[in-house]
Amino acid sequence: MTFAFAALVAGALLGIPKLIAPRRLTPVKAEPFECGMDPIAVAEGRFAIKFSTVAIFFILIDIELMFVWPWAVLYRELGWFGFAEMLVFLGILMLGFLYIWRKGGLEWE
Amino acid sequence: MTPLAMPPVAIGPLAPVLIVLGAAGLVLLLDLLPRPVGRELIATVALAGLVGALLATLARWGKPGRAFQDMLVLDDFALFANVVICYAAALVVMLSIDYLGRNGPETGEYYALVLFSTGGMMLLAAAGDLIVLFLALELMSLSLYVLAGLFKRELAASEASMKYFILGAFATSFLLYGIALIYGATGTTNLDRIAAAAAGRAHDPLLVIGLGLLLVGFGFKISSVPFHMWAPDVYQGAPTSVTALIATGSKAAALAALIRVLVTALRGSQPDWAVLLWVVAAITMTVGNVVAIAQSNLKRLLAYSSIAHVGYMLIGVVAGGSAGPGAVLFYLLTYAFTTAGAFGVLTLCERAQAEAVEVGDYAGLARRHPVLAAALGLFLLSLVGIPPLAGFVGKFYLFAAAVRAGYLWLAVIGVVNSALAAYYYLRVVVFMYMREPEGAGARLVPSFAGGLALAIALIGIVLLGVIPAPFADLAQAAVAPLLR
Repeated sequence: MTFAFAALVAGALLGIPKLIAPRRLTPVKAEPFECGMDPIAVAEGRFAIKFSTVAIFFILIDIELMFVWPWAVLYRELGWFGFAEMLVFLGILMLGFLYIWRKGGLEWE
Repeated sequence: MTPLAMPPVAIGPLAPVLIVLGAAGLVLLLDLLPRPVGRELIATVALAGLVGALLATLARWGKPGRAFQDMLVLDDFALFANVVICYAAALVVMLSIDYLGRNGPETGEYYALVLFSTGGMMLLAAAGDLIVLFLALELMSLSLYVLAGLFKRELAASEASMKYFILGAFATSFLLYGIALIYGATGTTNLDRIAAAAAGRAHDPLLVIGLGLLLVGFGFKISSVPFHMWAPDVYQGAPTSVTALIATGSKAAALAALIRVLVTALRGSQPDWAVLLWVVAAITMTVGNVVAIAQSNLKRLLAYSSIAHVGYMLIGVVAGGSAGPGAVLFYLLTYAFTTAGAFGVLTLCERAQAEAVEVGDYAGLARRHPVLAAALGLFLLSLVGIPPLAGFVGKFYLFAAAVRAGYLWLAVIGVVNSALAAYYYLRVVVFMYMREPEGAGARLVPSFAGGLALAIALIGIVLLGVIPAPFADLAQAAVAPLLR
């Protein structure tokens, strides 16, 4: 039952975009490692300062994952207490995320 | 699998901090609304959070609480420090409203950062565990690093922020190393259990080195000599309202934490740290006062003066017993009112297109704005220690505690330094009352909230100076739980 539900959710997440998402293939997207930069460049090139903001956001989400992972493993034992604690944690995190979003931190230009 | 033991969630002892941090979150949300709200509303929410925290703190007086397996100890000592911190932060918020409107960028995050920093200070004063102490210190410091560089288009502000950040990170690593060594020596980070484990082996080399490194970290945060070099530059470059917060709140929190660690966890090493701090106190007040004489920039002058005042307060830490730390707590209260007030006057003055920070700008201020000049004069006289203002009583308790504990020479050095300090404080008063300005000079920028903050600070220093006994008794009583 659980497995079927998980498979359904995972399948839906993969399948629905396949069906409805627009697909525009550009040379940049076709690169083997797409990270927003030219993978082959001179080493002393300059970086845009914008990458550092992205790096900070990445750490934010990365640390969130570090907290959520053990929580998910122990979810049953933690019970409602753990659920409430995680909601508080995620609430604070989402506040920060909302702040980034509204202040334009996610816009590239 | 064994069931996990859920820790009890004690909201009560956490309430004051939660109110401050909740207000910080609310301020962030208000800043995000699609239709921008006025900065007055945001400042009002911030102020309401601080006043709420103050009331919650006062409501818990006499009802000590511990939470999260003694990680948080909200005894009367922490409550007294929290009152000082909340007062200082509330004064800063009131002073900021018009000051930022004039000089600064559009800011909801300013108030959020002030509140986060205040939350860190309150946790720092209540930390019962070295790990919580470290986390609280970081919460406080990281917010202050950003606040110091708030005027990011100004070179001095960037320099202040950068210098504060790099030296602060350096000092924090010393502190963390000290914590690690103390953990290595005693096997615990809990302050009470450290005291139990360290009993009878005060000369364990690990413990001694750990104590030394811990004192380096704290020495930076309270800007005691020889770790004071950052203070003048940061105080000068940071926005004046932020300078007031760094000089009052962060100093009060760090000193409270220092006293708690020394008096509870490391009480066995008292002979060691008392000698060390004796020397540091004497050097700190002398260097602070001597260098302040040469300053022509008022913010730098107040920075060196705040270094000197840390020296005075360390006298109380050295004196020990219940009188010493009690006197420090009381001094922190008087110092917060006085210094926030003195910086507050600076936020209300401006020169053509610039902040008025040079002593020369204040020449003839008494003729142009007699009330403002009188206010600054009173704050400076309180810093000198002239009765019947608060500064005098604060110094009296400190020196009396030192004499009673047998540190006569330290008290003598303190008194000589106070006399020395009178020169540069009174020089500003002379400028305000007896000199004619060259050019336009500073002029007053009227601000209701700022005026109210100054009035509160003035009432504070007069009240504490005229009837100090009840407050000093409270401070003495607040220290009692540490000495058990």
